[in-house]
Amino acid sequence: MALLEMKNIRKTFDQLLVLKDISVSVEEGEILSVIGPSGSGKSTLLRCATMLETIDFGEISYEGEKVAWAENGKAVYAPAPVLKKTSACFGLVFQNFNLFPHMTVMQNITDAPIRVQKRNRDEVLQDAEELLKKMGLSDKADAYPYQLSGGQCQRVAIARALALNPKILFFDEPTSALDPELTGEVLKVIRSLADLHIAMVIVTHEMAFAKDISDRVIFMADGVIVEEGTPEEIFASGNERTRSFLGRYGHIM
Amino acid sequence: MTFGKIVLQLTEGMGVSIEIFLVTLVFSLPLGLLIAFGRMSRNRVLSGIVKIYISVMRGTPLMLQLMVVYFGPYYLFGMKVTNSYRLWAALIGFVINYAAYFAEIYRSGIQSMPAGQYEAAKLLGYNKRQTFTVIILPQVIKRILPSVTNEVITLVKDTSLAFTISVAEMFSTAKALASAQTSMIPFVAAALFYYVFNFVVAWGMDFAEKKMSYYR
Repeated sequence: MALLEMKNIRKTFDQLLVLKDISVSVEEGEILSVIGPSGSGKSTLLRCATMLETIDFGEISYEGEKVAWAENGKAVYAPAPVLKKTSACFGLVFQNFNLFPHMTVMQNITDAPIRVQKRNRDEVLQDAEELLKKMGLSDKADAYPYQLSGGQCQRVAIARALALNPKILFFDEPTSALDPELTGEVLKVIRSLADLHIAMVIVTHEMAFAKDISDRVIFMADGVIVEEGTPEEIFASGNERTRSFLGRYGHIM
Repeated sequence: MTFGKIVLQLTEGMGVSIEIFLVTLVFSLPLGLLIAFGRMSRNRVLSGIVKIYISVMRGTPLMLQLMVVYFGPYYLFGMKVTNSYRLWAALIGFVINYAAYFAEIYRSGIQSMPAGQYEAAKLLGYNKRQTFTVIILPQVIKRILPSVTNEVITLVKDTSLAFTISVAEMFSTAKALASAQTSMIPFVAAALFYYVFNFVVAWGMDFAEKKMSYYR
């Protein structure tokens, strides 16, 4: 059973069809990269998967539990308790971090596990310290987000998402707001998560990274999945659209 | 009459002025938040009514509103109005007027919050209430503090408007004393009172702003 299953997803913004019949599934522990030109619908796909946007048509299920499906040509969502339960299994890392500026790094990471998941405080604090260590931020526990660099903020955001023990973590262009140096440190951290066996879906423009880390790569353009396969297959693709997109990243490879 | 004696005569009035000030703040600050929610409601009827309410409160003089609240019950419904109703009328008038201003300040603060804060909260599992109280409101308070300070300082001076419905607050007493003594001194004492009061208010609000400046 797939961890996440999205079938025939359609999404329109002001009559503009952004996702045209997209189907994706993610297996447990799998690392999936989504690449493609800006405006191809990659971020929208993530926002639909994480229910920040509602789909217009199609079906979404997590661990076999349906959260949205089509009825009479329109999408309907499961009742709130089901959505709440299923949304506990995924997390999202935003392009611009969205840390809570009025909380310290430690509070950013621990508040949701304590307040929302009602977990034991000491246990949460202990886990958080370990996460910070993993992120190389042990000395920043009491800092506020404004005192951190973009790369450090993004690492805190990753720790914050991980603290809720998700089964699948989505990354929405996690390094697009960062300079190359900071990008490197964030990618290094994401790489280090591979052995946690959390499924990861990464929307990225870092081709070398995507090629290196992924089990599977999806190439999207104009709201459709053009190609899907192992990194080797995609990066050696003969498909014209894929070639023309990857060609622009040629100098990085 | 010495300055000291004049001040002594004004003390009772000062108490009433401070009472109007405090009661207005204690009730209009939370009421303003409720009104702001009404204004932002998706229910068009509710938001429409609240919009009209705010527009009337901001579009007509507070002095006139005080008179409507005080004389309205008698003129409109022939209700007997007792002397003790004066202060009540003043308090009601101030609270509903200031709540409207505070509502707009809250609204501006809430609507200036980036959508990403709500989205992050949603992804972390916070429910709507937790999102507002834990994530949004603390940040909104910091953002709106300077505007609130302005309003509070205006309120200190506006308490003198209770004079128009003959509430025995400080300014009414000062004016009566001034005519009785044909002296400017009661006015000077009154001016000093408002100035010192506002000095303390400004100091307090400045302190609050500094307390909130631990983050950006």
